[in-house]
Amino acid sequence: MTRRCIAAALAAASTLALPAAADPAWQAFLDVAAVLQSPRCLACHVADDAPLQGDDGHRHVMNVKRGADGRGTPALRCTACHQAANSTVLHAPPGAPDWRMPPPGTPMAWQGLPPEALCQSLRDPARNGGRNLAALEDHLRNDAIVGWGFDPGPGRQPPARSRGDLVARFAAWRTAGAPCAATESSHAR
Amino acid sequence: MSSTELVVNGTRRTTTSDPRTPLLWVLRDDFGLTAAKYGCGIAQCGACTVHLDGDAIRACVTPLSRAAGKRVTTLEGLSRDHSHPLQQAWLAEQVPQCGYCQPGQIMSAACLLARIPQPSDADIDDAMAGNLCRCGTYLRIRRAIHRAARVGSKAP
Repeated sequence: MTRRCIAAALAAASTLALPAAADPAWQAFLDVAAVLQSPRCLACHVADDAPLQGDDGHRHVMNVKRGADGRGTPALRCTACHQAANSTVLHAPPGAPDWRMPPPGTPMAWQGLPPEALCQSLRDPARNGGRNLAALEDHLRNDAIVGWGFDPGPGRQPPARSRGDLVARFAAWRTAGAPCAATESSHAR
Repeated sequence: MSSTELVVNGTRRTTTSDPRTPLLWVLRDDFGLTAAKYGCGIAQCGACTVHLDGDAIRACVTPLSRAAGKRVTTLEGLSRDHSHPLQQAWLAEQVPQCGYCQPGQIMSAACLLARIPQPSDADIDDAMAGNLCRCGTYLRIRRAIHRAARVGSKAP
């Protein structure tokens, strides 16, 4: 009798959803989200046309705007000031190769999104720049401007996790089916 | 000692300055082109604006290495005799007060007109927002850009 009860209890438990904190794939995404919504990433991943600056996320001075291609407006392109590397001069603009924002058609705005909505937007090629999840992982792993976020120069805090850790957590989420909630079924691509 | 070659105002020039040297100092000290000014040194004021392959850039933070093999245009290169429509418009509208920021203002305006020949006020405000003028000549700058646009300004 006892053995039958235990077996029944185990069977019932197997059909229950894991609580969010115990779902390793979802927990991996929450770790990713914390980085993506850090001030370094949100500087450019904004819904508005103006990038942000500083750890307090204030609007970029000089009325800098995204422009038609995500690279600024005529006569005030991002690379008018941002070079290919951080400056050694205090308070000079930070730099990385190909400094830019997402283009206006797919702004990839993450500001204020709850994790589930952020997750859905990342999985949607119509909203993520036409990337599949492997391409997104490649963006996180190899894009120079992403790398800058982890070495942002003086006066700017990097995200709490390292770039390697971010990529590992993203890969864990992706290979587990890229769920967008603790109980969601696989979305692997 | 390395040398860097670039085309400045249509003339091929060579310098042996360190490739990390800000372009502004190469223009002013190596080539004697003193229109572009040192203002803040950290790309916050726009007084050092020149063109690099047609784009307005801040020469004070741009390393010489970035300009290698490229075309650099300074205010001296807009025209030989101050006949560029923007220079004429600047005179007609009596834009400058102290004048220190004006080379950078004109170079940003030239870049704008090359991209948008008939700019709106909003286009002008967006393009010129990185060029500060402590004398507050902004309204005259805007009028001068509209005037230059009317006479068909074509930036180099």
